[in-house]
Amino acid sequence: MATALFRTAPAVRAALRASSMKPGVAALASTSFVRGKATLPDLSYDYGALEPYISGKIMELHHKGHHQTYVNGLNSALETIEEAKAKGDEIQAAATAPLLNFHGGGHKNHTLFWENLAPNNKGGGGEPEGALKSAIEKDFGSFQNLQKQINTALAGIQGSGWAWLVKDKAAGTLQVITKANQDPVIGNQIPLLGIDAWEHAYYLQYQNRKAEYFNAIWNVINWGTVAKRLEKA
Amino acid sequence: MAAKTYSLPPLPYAYDALEPSISKQIMELHHTKHHQTYITNLNKALEVSAKAQSEGKLQDAAAQLSAIRFNGGGHINHSLFWEGLAPSSSPDSKLDAAPKLTGAIKDTWGSFDKFKEVFGTALLGIQGSGWGWLVKEAVTGQLRIVTLANQEAVVVGDTPLFGVDMWEHAYYLQYLNGKAAYVENIWKVINWKTAEARYAGSRDDAFKVLKANM
Ligand SMILES: [Fe+2]
Ligand SMILES: [Fe+2]
Repeated sequence: MATALFRTAPAVRAALRASSMKPGVAALASTSFVRGKATLPDLSYDYGALEPYISGKIMELHHKGHHQTYVNGLNSALETIEEAKAKGDEIQAAATAPLLNFHGGGHKNHTLFWENLAPNNKGGGGEPEGALKSAIEKDFGSFQNLQKQINTALAGIQGSGWAWLVKDKAAGTLQVITKANQDPVIGNQIPLLGIDAWEHAYYLQYQNRKAEYFNAIWNVINWGTVAKRLEKA
Repeated sequence: MAAKTYSLPPLPYAYDALEPSISKQIMELHHTKHHQTYITNLNKALEVSAKAQSEGKLQDAAAQLSAIRFNGGGHINHSLFWEGLAPSSSPDSKLDAAPKLTGAIKDTWGSFDKFKEVFGTALLGIQGSGWGWLVKEAVTGQLRIVTLANQEAVVVGDTPLFGVDMWEHAYYLQYLNGKAAYVENIWKVINWKTAEARYAGSRDDAFKVLKANM
């Protein structure tokens, strides 16, 4: 019954699946879920490590403040759904779906984001190599074209959201897509690289000059992470 | 036919007039940069659209609709927002300035505090960027709280009485991720005189600031 209710809510199945995972079952889940509860994953670099491109203050608030709020929201949504399930209250479960999508998506998106960033001395910046480079050149013509396409997509977001480089499993191609708010990347699309275009991601440093943030972030993209995601996709 | 162009309405108070509820730096960036950008992009989209229509290229005119809706909404929302705020030292920011409206609020929600609580919860529940508005319903004349995503605006039927901008740019430099404190403090700078006038007046009157700045 509950699963039928959830068929249309994107993050729900992924979040439920993840929440029931034992630590160590999946690489990502092992760091972000403990005993069925989502937890804030550690960053693999210091808050100040992405300066001058992203300030330490932004990173700290973004990780400890914003991401933690999504983790809390996800756990509370999951609890509400557990309660609803126990009571057989389908309406309550269904009513929680938007919260689960928002906070579950927020948790997943930020976890992917931290991992696809890195300071210059830990693999950040530069250009894609190997199979990733070939795939980008095949589908976008050049790395520069991909950057241009992602920056245009980021600039065109009306409100809060994300831009992603994804592998479309059905089409077999790489694509640039945008998602509103915290909607997660789902279905045939496998997220390879995500860029947070919420104002909290840049406002303290760039204010309304968001194009400067979109240009700067290329200096701290971890292409090694992106390449590994493509390998597994 | 050239499209009319819209321009930035001057603030009815100084940039620092809403301190400490909203800082001078936020007000200045919000007005001169964010609001101005919506107007610039609105005028651009209207011009492209008008040219396309004059050439019978409906497909190119239709392609501008999303930009007109978003940037036009941004211009409308911010114009109404500025007028709907007042320094806390001003008598306009006191509930006494809106006897009819506050009476209707109490009739609707039971008490003013209850209304504040319901409105605050609605504002904090917005997932992403957006606005919360108190509106007067077109047909019934009843009060209603609505939240709208991004720059969607109250343009169909209802009369907007006052709105609260819940985009992060509206509070982040001062409140960071503590948006509940922003919501709490904005009550001190609501322009109840404006809200009362919009409640008593016609729907067109509520939007007159747009026409006045073309
Ligand atoms: Fe974020
Ligand atoms: Fe705004």
